Amino acid sequence: MTAHPLISYINSARERGMTSKQITRALTGAGWHVHDVMDIMLDHLPVREGESQIIHESETSDNIISVRNVSKSYGPKIIALDNISLGVKRGSITALLGPNGAGKTTLIRLMTTLLVPDSGAIRVAGYDTVRQAQKLRGAIGLAGQYVAVDETLTGQENLEMVGRLYHLSPSESATRAKGLLLKFDLQDAADRPVKTYSGGMRRRLDLAASLIARPAVLFLDEPTAGLDPRSRFMLWQTIRELVEQGTTVLLTTQYMEEADQLAHHIIVIDHGHIIAQGTADELKRQVGGDILELHVSERDKAHQIAALVSKYGISEPRVNKETGVITVPVEGGASILVDVIRDADAEDLKLLDIVLRRPSLDDVFLKLTGHTAI
Amino acid sequence: MSHTFSDIKVMTKRNLLRHRRLPQLLVFSTIQPVMFLLLFTYVFGGAITTGAGKYINYLLPGILVQAVLFGAMQTGIGLMEDVSKGMIDRFRSLPMARSAILAGRTIADMLRNIFVIVLMTAVGYLLGFRIEHGFFNFLIAVGMMLTFGFAFSWVSATIGLAVKNPETAQVAGFIWVFPLAFASSIFVPVATMSKGIRVFAEYNPITYTVNTVRALALGLPVDNNIWFALIWIVAIMAIFVPLGINKYRKIT
Repeated sequence: MTAHPLISYINSARERGMTSKQITRALTGAGWHVHDVMDIMLDHLPVREGESQIIHESETSDNIISVRNVSKSYGPKIIALDNISLGVKRGSITALLGPNGAGKTTLIRLMTTLLVPDSGAIRVAGYDTVRQAQKLRGAIGLAGQYVAVDETLTGQENLEMVGRLYHLSPSESATRAKGLLLKFDLQDAADRPVKTYSGGMRRRLDLAASLIARPAVLFLDEPTAGLDPRSRFMLWQTIRELVEQGTTVLLTTQYMEEADQLAHHIIVIDHGHIIAQGTADELKRQVGGDILELHVSERDKAHQIAALVSKYGISEPRVNKETGVITVPVEGGASILVDVIRDADAEDLKLLDIVLRRPSLDDVFLKLTGHTAI
Repeated sequence: MSHTFSDIKVMTKRNLLRHRRLPQLLVFSTIQPVMFLLLFTYVFGGAITTGAGKYINYLLPGILVQAVLFGAMQTGIGLMEDVSKGMIDRFRSLPMARSAILAGRTIADMLRNIFVIVLMTAVGYLLGFRIEHGFFNFLIAVGMMLTFGFAFSWVSATIGLAVKNPETAQVAGFIWVFPLAFASSIFVPVATMSKGIRVFAEYNPITYTVNTVRALALGLPVDNNIWFALIWIVAIMAIFVPLGINKYRKIT
């Protein structure tokens, strides 16, 4: 590998006494991309005391997470992620949306240093997940797919333990633990062993544990899986509050509604690839037009009706195998309803219900992947 | 590096708290040796001649080593639980020293062993056991057993991290511990065993350890037992500490 032209420049600039921050600023001013500059400093030049922090502050890009060309396989057969690149904006809620086995959890585990990528690089809060793993861990919080709290310890003890392992002082850990228990409405259960907690309480304690060091980036892997609707709604509120206070949240979900309600930015993953990303509205716009949804009383007539409405569709109608509901993307507004009802009458086909609605993320997913989400 | 010590302290405290909250863990590690002690003293003991006076004096040092050995199996089971319940993922996502998870567990198990040894010795005293060679020598014997238990905790930890669920950890624990415990000088003199087993029993690290503890407690000649026991302990740790840490690093 030939030496990068920047290496000698950075070396001589350092000899002249420039700080990394000044060097980065000079180079980005001259048109170099900040990531390239950072990479070269990390890859090819000796790291100086406190260096990563300086580079971090000078990061002009507003992405707090950057994933570049990351692949990960488990053995030769299972490719979990195939050359994924993405960015997560500082202070945003970003949802990784996809079915089971799409690669969401693998991506979270790579970002939180639990796995090492086969190729590519990930940077979170200014730190490389492989080379600066330990520093990175101090800047993030993770609430994994399973509730990771010690059942035999009390709520207070669990939080204090995690605080101490983030290297907060004993008194600071205790104070923050108390505050979090209060915030998550667990103060009455603070001194009870966790095994007496309900599922929702454990989830909240788990989330509290991931927040004790006030992380810049919070990773939540399927945070609302198995929660009742009320707990789910409360958790969404909590996540929104955290983001208002400046935390960046990256979460995975297989619930369309969750991504739709909560996320500023949605990244749709399927089979280890990013197949679409954008705001919920942007994704819905990809489907185009509206969705005509037909409910029939006689299930065996569903395909007949699908054939009937296909001439109005901008793409082929679909019949849901389980519900018998027919959906077809259409353009041209409400007058289609009249036409369809008239046609159905003429053919003597009975409609239980007919709806014209905006596309949902389910429709987006269906269009992008050819299969439903779950 | 400066945090490693505090991380180990936090993790040790966590595991000790578990013992206090889950008394059945302690009961399991004490009831079983008490049962063995009663069984061998009052049921089998009459038929066993050891040539070393009272059988309880012969038996108790063996039972202590056995209790420590069985206790070591808990290390692997506990680690396996942490893995299967996702606790390990939390720990690995924290800026803590990774060695603290294993060290905290093995140190807590060692402290529990002190408790078990003290308790079992007290029970032994009720049944007629007496330290015949002075308290100081007995303390050396206790140190020997703790080191022995620490080494076997690493064997257990490696197995616990290699298997896929806590039930397997339990079974996988017994498979190697059972023959080691019974084909040894814990209950009967090795010389009375049939030939093939006797050779195995003579070179068994447990035999060397039990012989050392027994000699130190009763004032018998220690001979080379202590050196062979230490060689075994060092060898076991030289293999299983890196193996355990390596297994731990590879958890995905």
